[in-house]
Amino acid sequence: MAKMKVQQNLPKIRFDILKRSKLWFAISLLIIIPGIFCMFTKGFNFGIDFTGGTIIEMEFQQEVTLPQVRDVLREYNLDNATIQLSGDASNVEASKDVMIRTMDLEENERKAVMASLKDEIGDYTVLREEKVGATIGGELITDALMATVISWILIILYVSYRFEWRFGVAAILTLIHDVLIVLSVFSFLQKQVDSSFVAAILTIIGYSINDTIVIFDRIRENQRLHFKRGGDLNELANRSIYQTLTRSLYTVFTVLFTTFALYFFGGDTTKDFSFALLIGFFSGSYSSIFVASPLWVVLKNRFPAKKI
Amino acid sequence: MLKLLAAVVIIVAVFFTFVSPLAMSIRQGLDLQGGTHVVLEAEDTPEATVNEDAMERVVRIMEKRVNELGLAEPIVQRQGERRIIIELPGIKDPDKAIQVIGKTAMLEFKTEEGETVLTGTDLKDAREQTDQQGQNVVGLEFSPEGAEKFATLTSQNVGRTIAILLDGEVLTAPRVNEAITGGKAVITGNKTLEEAHNLAILLRSGSLPVKVNIIETRTVGPTLGQDSKDKSVFAFTIGLGAVVLFMALFYRLSGVVADISLMAYVVILLFVLKLLDATLTLPGVAGIILSIGMAVDANVLIFEHFKEEYLSGKTLRLSMDAGFSRAFTTIFDSNITTIIASAVLFCFGTGSIRGFAITLGLGVIISMFTAITLTQFMTKNLIAANVIKNPWVYGINKKPQAEKEVKQLG
Repeated sequence: MAKMKVQQNLPKIRFDILKRSKLWFAISLLIIIPGIFCMFTKGFNFGIDFTGGTIIEMEFQQEVTLPQVRDVLREYNLDNATIQLSGDASNVEASKDVMIRTMDLEENERKAVMASLKDEIGDYTVLREEKVGATIGGELITDALMATVISWILIILYVSYRFEWRFGVAAILTLIHDVLIVLSVFSFLQKQVDSSFVAAILTIIGYSINDTIVIFDRIRENQRLHFKRGGDLNELANRSIYQTLTRSLYTVFTVLFTTFALYFFGGDTTKDFSFALLIGFFSGSYSSIFVASPLWVVLKNRFPAKKI
Repeated sequence: MLKLLAAVVIIVAVFFTFVSPLAMSIRQGLDLQGGTHVVLEAEDTPEATVNEDAMERVVRIMEKRVNELGLAEPIVQRQGERRIIIELPGIKDPDKAIQVIGKTAMLEFKTEEGETVLTGTDLKDAREQTDQQGQNVVGLEFSPEGAEKFATLTSQNVGRTIAILLDGEVLTAPRVNEAITGGKAVITGNKTLEEAHNLAILLRSGSLPVKVNIIETRTVGPTLGQDSKDKSVFAFTIGLGAVVLFMALFYRLSGVVADISLMAYVVILLFVLKLLDATLTLPGVAGIILSIGMAVDANVLIFEHFKEEYLSGKTLRLSMDAGFSRAFTTIFDSNITTIIASAVLFCFGTGSIRGFAITLGLGVIISMFTAITLTQFMTKNLIAANVIKNPWVYGINKKPQAEKEVKQLG
């Protein structure tokens, strides 16, 4: 008996996403290729977690200017130290809040610098002091890469087990896409990459895969119900994307609400972290709709399942 | 209906009374409460190589030194083969603490010829004290063996000087006037009583068996910590408020149900963190705030399936049942992958990254739980009560299709 499923309320496909797959891939590559180029030429602005170094953040009792601080540092041959005035953005010339980043200083040297700052500029309270030896950075990179690769392998295995390998591979390629987008943006803008960036990347991986799986899950369901004997894959993917579109949008809204809240109100320490998340969530939402399913269709066409 | 109302009232009441005290009762990381974080690494030298036994001794010595700093909850923790993490919350003078921690503390008594006669192991006790002249000194008491050695040393060196060295640096070099047999001595030359106190700590806790380097120190002042806390609370409130409003606007009564589940989620998450005795760090708080945005996802999935089912012509009750059962596999599969990512993050991360991984992973699990149990319980009771029948209230805008067309796909 031929089963006829009554289909109501199939959303109208107003806009054929799958037909324009090449366009979506091109848009992504337009960011990723210059991004990779930038990573090799400009590289990244690594934080002291990676490079080793010393950071001192202090709040002076009165406003100080950049040259004032630089003059003191020059006495210690720390000319290439990064000095950042922060706090109230209204005045960039002078600020009470000063952050100094130098190479890895010895205890005595750091104390001497801090004493000179007090003598020559004025009294301050220390907000934050960090000193990381250069040895730790290398390990952090290895650990981060390990964590990422292992999580990818596990995700591929899980998705292949629950779905099929083409879904797994498409999902991972989508993840790599998202990670490359975030890395590209951070290289373009020379935003700081530190250990919290690693956490952000892994969160993005978690989010993007989640978003992608919801659509794949729909494809799987539709495939079982209506496409048992094959059929137009584009149609299948398009329908599944549209059926989950409201959910995809609502979820990215709620996630972006909280990320924006974190970005704008969460303080300076988590600013770069939430910025990475913002980029990643945008990219993750885009890719789960415009990259993941088109990739799956490509794979499915390239490696068709054997007919039993 | 009564059950439902009771559940709602309880959850909302618990949320508003307990969220703040519960959140504040969870142990806070150094980046929130202020303090110093030190990472030590032992190094092989020709004299001493790093091994398990040496590391254990270093940890014990560090614990002793740190405990004597008189802080509320210091932590000394072994990490990996040759590293030790020390956390000093709320410390006033981090420089001094770092100095105390980093000293090898090898004590030597040398004759004028440079021969070492006594070392730190011959000590029984060391205390700071102020002598009759008002000088700050460290009084030493030797072990019986040490006392004997000291007696021999002093009797053989009357009229000459003996040097007391710490880590190869001469602390004091007094002239021996007569043989001292009582097994007691003092080290003079300390500027303040506090300096004497620190030296006494070092001597009491003994010298380190291997060379230990400080490879990382991070200090967060109390002002910055408080500032981070205030800002986190604010970001949390705004984030939560926006999500609550969004859900209520787009899913109406169903959205309100999801919001109540979300409140329960926040309370449960904080409670579990408290039970696990987790330390809340700044990235951890960021993880909690983020997880609020993600936690409603399960509800969104359920409601979207519910809408679909209703539009296909089912009753509200049957649609909700079908919505839950169909959403379940989706929620499960999509969340397991996030859990995998956070588990890996937990295994490979250190310190604050780990804190973030815990909150993220727990967040996913708990939000799954609240959506499947609480949201389900509330929506089903709500629909079963049969008081509100208008589908609009449940977030459905369209009418079910009148004519049922048969459509063949593919």
